[in-house]
Amino acid sequence: MQDALGAVQSLLVLGGTSEIAASIAQRVVERRCQTVVLAARDTDATTGLAIDLERRGAKTVETIAFDALDIASHEKVIGQVFENHDIDLVILAFGVLGDQADFDEHPAAAAKAVEVNYVGGVSAGLVTARQFRRQGHGTLVVLSSVAAERARQTNFVYGSSKAGLDAFAQGLGDSLAGSGARVMAVRPGFVHTRMTEGMEPQPFSTTPDVVASAVIRGLARGSHTVWAPSILRWVFALMRHLPRPVWQKISAR
Amino acid sequence: MAELPLQLLTGWGNTAPTAARLARAHSPVELLHAIADPPPRGVIARGLGRSYGDPAQNAGGRVVDTTGACEFELDRERGVVRASAGASLDDLMRAIVPHGFFVPVTPGTRYVTVGGAIASDIHGKNHHKAGSWCNHVESLRLANADGTIVDLTPGRNPELFWATAGGMGLTGLIIDATFRCPTIESSRVLVDTERAPDLDTVMAMMSERDHLYDYSVAWIDLITRGRGMGRSVLQRGRFARFDELSAAHRRDPFAYRADILADAPPVFPSGLLNNLSIRVFNELWFRKSPKLRFGELQSIPQFFHPLDMVGNWNNIYGPRGFFQWQCVVPNGAEDTLHYVIDQLSSKGCTSFVAVLKRFGESSPGHLSFPAPGWTLSLDIPAGEADMNDLLDELDEVVAGVGGRLYLAKDSRLKPELMPRMYPRLQEWKDIRAKVDPGGVWQSDMARRLGLL
Ligand SMILES: Cc1cc2nc3c(=O)[nH]c(=O)nc-3n(C[C@H](O)[C@H](O)[C@H](O)COP(=O)(O)OP(=O)(O)OC[C@H]3O[C@@H](n4cnc5c(N)ncnc54)[C@H](O)[C@@H]3O)c2cc1C
Ligand SMILES: NC(=O)c1ccc[n+]([C@@H]2O[C@H](COP(=O)([O-])OP(=O)(O)OC[C@H]3O[C@@H](n4cnc5c(N)ncnc54)[C@H](OP(=O)(O)O)[C@@H]3O)[C@@H](O)[C@H]2O)c1
Repeated sequence: MQDALGAVQSLLVLGGTSEIAASIAQRVVERRCQTVVLAARDTDATTGLAIDLERRGAKTVETIAFDALDIASHEKVIGQVFENHDIDLVILAFGVLGDQADFDEHPAAAAKAVEVNYVGGVSAGLVTARQFRRQGHGTLVVLSSVAAERARQTNFVYGSSKAGLDAFAQGLGDSLAGSGARVMAVRPGFVHTRMTEGMEPQPFSTTPDVVASAVIRGLARGSHTVWAPSILRWVFALMRHLPRPVWQKISAR
Repeated sequence: MAELPLQLLTGWGNTAPTAARLARAHSPVELLHAIADPPPRGVIARGLGRSYGDPAQNAGGRVVDTTGACEFELDRERGVVRASAGASLDDLMRAIVPHGFFVPVTPGTRYVTVGGAIASDIHGKNHHKAGSWCNHVESLRLANADGTIVDLTPGRNPELFWATAGGMGLTGLIIDATFRCPTIESSRVLVDTERAPDLDTVMAMMSERDHLYDYSVAWIDLITRGRGMGRSVLQRGRFARFDELSAAHRRDPFAYRADILADAPPVFPSGLLNNLSIRVFNELWFRKSPKLRFGELQSIPQFFHPLDMVGNWNNIYGPRGFFQWQCVVPNGAEDTLHYVIDQLSSKGCTSFVAVLKRFGESSPGHLSFPAPGWTLSLDIPAGEADMNDLLDELDEVVAGVGGRLYLAKDSRLKPELMPRMYPRLQEWKDIRAKVDPGGVWQSDMARRLGLL
């Protein structure tokens, strides 16, 4: 069960190899979480993290096969986890950034990325919500992005998929009011992980650790939306309202 | 059973809400109906929800609201009350004080039920003299998960009786109970108030003279540091005899009025109670208390339930809520108490005046909280994740000297510490497993602390 300070006892990571999620999982385990389930495409790739989490105090770390694109399997795969454990926290971490130039060349690849980020997110999110309703409690953390706030021309396919996911997270959160379940949307800026490896960092670029701290704080406060770093909330309050020609210039890089 | 309404529930601290199906019972028979056909995630009883954390919550399961089952009767010959589990101490006092009786034990609020008093084996300012609530219980009726009812007395079935006393509702549903109520000669309390400049002084004062009073409690300011650390106001008293009343009071020696003067609506922002506002409050509060005042006559609500004057005062903590940390450390561990208070005050733990009290002998309850020594309790605003780091450390320190935390107040303890703080936990679990093999009695607290 989640305690009065937002500490949880069990965690399911959808996208169990995500570097941001790994950082969150480490912090959550250090704060008394004992059961972790890592759901990933490549289950072998989670071994390192699993060992690390056990060293940090987790009693049970399990890995299961999960593919965001295999939508038909979500109900069964996620349902199985909830059958074995009460799950306090689910992190919806899977996502692909892709390359806009490549998407321009291969629209099918763009559609596939959207299928992971948005369609997969909707499916896994709804399956999780149903389980939470049955449990009467649970928090779903959705890794959205500042890109959801306003689409940039350099990655608007990604941005639009995150915008969809972010809107989904908000609506789902509202619909769960009174059920004991809640949704927290996390909007990180540019985070140094393998997803952004080799790219030119954006202003206010940050680390997975900072995102993890923001999530821990948000859980303690019961926040609906969390920005990382937190200043981006104000930066994007401004960005959102910039006149189109100005935004066009800024978002070109 | 028709589908029950889904209800979001928290404890008094307004933290960690979860949803359950709520069954309301208005009589002992309805209590039995309410536990029929238990759902997979089980059933738990709920009184007035004055526990701070999650013991009266059951996410995804059923919660039985007992407050509608609230009849009681006073046997004036024997000084014994028989009450349904949902009867509140508030109702009881209104009925029995005019007849010259008082409840054997009262917590800092009168809005608790008899069921909650037993399930937490509650203590009051008279613990050093009178022990805890269940010391005064002659018998109780407990509904088992299969709907059968057992009559429990401490003499005939001590195991299950004492597993239920302080058992947080996890051994069964208490239907009603009989308990002894002491007589009083008036409804006024004769109170001595003294101020102490620091922690050592107040502890010395309590050690030396608490035994001369029926009721004793010290309010400590945790914000002031340095030389004034632990400065306190010590309040002790006993019920006044008839001949000690003023002429005006003698006309109606058992007058009893317990009103809520104001109600705090749920409109306060979190963070209103910050270090600064609480510092100002504590300063004013300390200054307004008399340095020394002996023999003041106070009313029951004034002396026992000052917080109850504001209804729903928990709302002033805002939507993030708050929690309480209450520990007991054994006699001889005064240094530990010092360390704990020093840590709380030096790490800037934001808290209104904390309460310090001495405990007398324990009851035989397996999970009963009180033990001979010192108990300290303080309210802390929720919302700061880092608070767990400090409190986890203090929990370790408390467990290290054989102390423990109070389950009725807890909402954040690490489950690993339960068997260390409650060495008879396993014995209790074994009894529980025998009376509830199907695991019907479940709660959020039970899941969180691994009690099942
Ligand atoms: C302002 C304030 C001051 C307080 N001061 C003190 C104090 O000085 N000393 C002290 O000891 N406590 C104190 N408390 C705590 C309070 O006394 C206990 O939490 C008490 O159990 C609350 O009773 P309730 O009826 O509200 O029970 P709830 O909070 O509704 O339930 C508490 C527990 O009792 C169980 N329970 C309730 N009814 C039944 C039943 N019929 N059968 C089986 N189990 C049942 C529940 O399952 C739960 O585990 C204080 C609380 C507040 C808010
Ligand atoms: N890094 C940033 O700057 C940044 C900024 C804002 C938001 N985010 C979001 O944060 C989340 C985590 O990103 P990250 O930075 O930690 O990058 P990451 O390490 O690359 O994590 C992305 C994760 O998504 C998984 N994934 C991709 N396709 C999948 C599929 N079809 N099925 C299941 N899992 C799939 C990956 O698994 P594999 O190991 O199998 O590929 C990987 O675990 C993502 O949603 C991302 O969009 C990142």
